[in-house]
Amino acid sequence: MNFKILGTGSYVPENIVTNDDLAKIVETNDEWITKRVGIKERHISVTDTTLDMGANAALDALENSGVKAEELDLIVTATISSDTACPSAACLIQSRIGANCMAFDVSAACAGFLFALETVSGFLERGRAKKALVVCTDRMSKLLDWSDRSTCVIFGDGAAAVVLEACEEGYYDSVIHTKGGNDVINIPARDGCSPFYKNEPQHPYLFMNGQATFKFAVNSISHDVAELFEKTGLTKDDIDVVIPHQANKRIIDFAQPKTGIDREKWYVNIERYGNVSGASIPIALDEMNKKGLLKRGDKILFTAFGGGLSSGAVIIEW
Amino acid sequence: MVSEKIKELIAEQISVDVEEITDNKSLEDLGIDSLDVTEIAMSIEDEFDIEFEADTGMKTVADLVAAVEAKLG
Repeated sequence: MNFKILGTGSYVPENIVTNDDLAKIVETNDEWITKRVGIKERHISVTDTTLDMGANAALDALENSGVKAEELDLIVTATISSDTACPSAACLIQSRIGANCMAFDVSAACAGFLFALETVSGFLERGRAKKALVVCTDRMSKLLDWSDRSTCVIFGDGAAAVVLEACEEGYYDSVIHTKGGNDVINIPARDGCSPFYKNEPQHPYLFMNGQATFKFAVNSISHDVAELFEKTGLTKDDIDVVIPHQANKRIIDFAQPKTGIDREKWYVNIERYGNVSGASIPIALDEMNKKGLLKRGDKILFTAFGGGLSSGAVIIEW
Repeated sequence: MVSEKIKELIAEQISVDVEEITDNKSLEDLGIDSLDVTEIAMSIEDEFDIEFEADTGMKTVADLVAAVEAKLG
């Protein structure tokens, strides 16, 4: 049993923030950001919530796939910025789009899409769901310290979704890893207002050790891809398209030669979106789908890494 | 030998002739930022098969060479 992707969708807030716009907020400039991370602009929410973006991406994916919300058996949302701790983002997306199936969130930061696919594949494999929706949505702008120029320039807001169906044909294989710890990437949650809790309040915004993150990212891409090739028996020549997590163009440029997969196969759109956390890969997938850049039977390799630390690589057949 | 190889890796990283990479040049003067240092450190790891962390105390080309030589014993 495998699955195929029936359709894709995405949504990003209308408001575009350029590097020049950021230079008015923190001490930075277009040249520095372009050279260091390869980003020119990102979409930053003015009124869109994490739910709004996720639901819009979900509706777009349903329309693209020709599937009705009531046909869904499962919704898995990957997010680290849910508007509500309870209900989960998936529950609210289910309600907003008019579905009535089981729905829950997974949390794996920038690798969220791959962790969600892996979760859904288990439900499909066991016959517990036939049609499933994966939604990745993050309003990263609410997790950032907007006075920290080393991180606030990197991220963007957005969402993307895919509709999956269990089927005999198709292809799915994966490697998924967790190296638990919060010394490299950390986003503390709310401390609350308990009058009994006496610990020092946490700084509730994203912290990232840039160099350690860079190293983890490059090593994850090269090791996870090699491990997946070893596991599947596939080689670099079997891969038609690579969609890496869009965290930093320098990471992609540095890691690509280590995988041996030709540069022309790598799809990169970070210059227009920034790092949209788990939504980065499915936004790129949706963009390729809508532009007609994918052919039936194409083998697509996803590789992602992020907070957790979490990483993984997945091969699917389009 | 180690020194020559490191200079080659630095030259390759910042796309300049290797002759420009001399011991006493500061990394800053060569236009090498912290991300370049990370990439150079990772190239050093691959080249010499060692675990190598660049730190902020490494100011010059010679500092980088000395740190790698210390690692290699």
